[in-house]
Amino acid sequence: MENIVDQIQGVPLNHYIIFCSIMFAIGVTGVLIRRNIIIIMMSIELMLNSVNLLLVAFSAYRGDPSGQVFVFFVMALAAAEVAVGLAIIVMVYRNTKSVDIESLSKLRW
Amino acid sequence: MTIFTKNPVHSVLYLVITFFTLTIHYILLNAQFLAVVNFIVYMGAIMVLFLFVLMLLNLNKESEPMKSNLVKIIGAIAGMCLIATLLGAFRVLEPSNEMVAAHADIGLVKNLGKVLFNEFLLPFELSSVLLLTAMVGTVLLAKKDVKKA
Repeated sequence: MENIVDQIQGVPLNHYIIFCSIMFAIGVTGVLIRRNIIIIMMSIELMLNSVNLLLVAFSAYRGDPSGQVFVFFVMALAAAEVAVGLAIIVMVYRNTKSVDIESLSKLRW
Repeated sequence: MTIFTKNPVHSVLYLVITFFTLTIHYILLNAQFLAVVNFIVYMGAIMVLFLFVLMLLNLNKESEPMKSNLVKIIGAIAGMCLIATLLGAFRVLEPSNEMVAAHADIGLVKNLGKVLFNEFLLPFELSSVLLLTAMVGTVLLAKKDVKKA
């Protein structure tokens, strides 16, 4: 068991950076290629989480707890954002009967 | 997986799997408190909220809006470009790979609480105000139509 933990903590910081950037790019791609509002919000969650993981990795490697506190704030922010966003989605769905973002182009000139 | 499946419910379930692996990452990185918070908040609250809205709106696979293939390909290429740019940037920098101080107890509630309530007391209170505002806003948004109807 001790051996496994040592091996895992030997993972270099570079791998975390690469993994998180790939996850962030997946989130960006999801925002770009989907038209369902809910899935777009889920992609945003994915991006927030990749940044969270990177912050935790940095704080673990630096031995500094401030990063983890910051992740805590990001989580609270994400929870608030999801609640408000989903309420807005429900309102939009009641008005347009669709979750397609193309139905929200009324503000376009 | 989350972004490529057609069915939104499957998409949510794949996202839950992703968050579960992230929780395991937190545990491996000695962030036990954050692992528990991640487990409860993300996999419990947020995912249930997403599933609830999906069920409430009663979407099915046929009505799922999809973009045209051209836009999809352009989006995928843009994502790949982002990955390439980031990786190219990270190749240059060389972070120190060894752990500076291997504190095993850095992620425990005791240490986190000391930092949270000493240095970060003002942001903590502000986040509570933010959550209250979000709650009020959500209730307002959800109630408006009921009164009108």
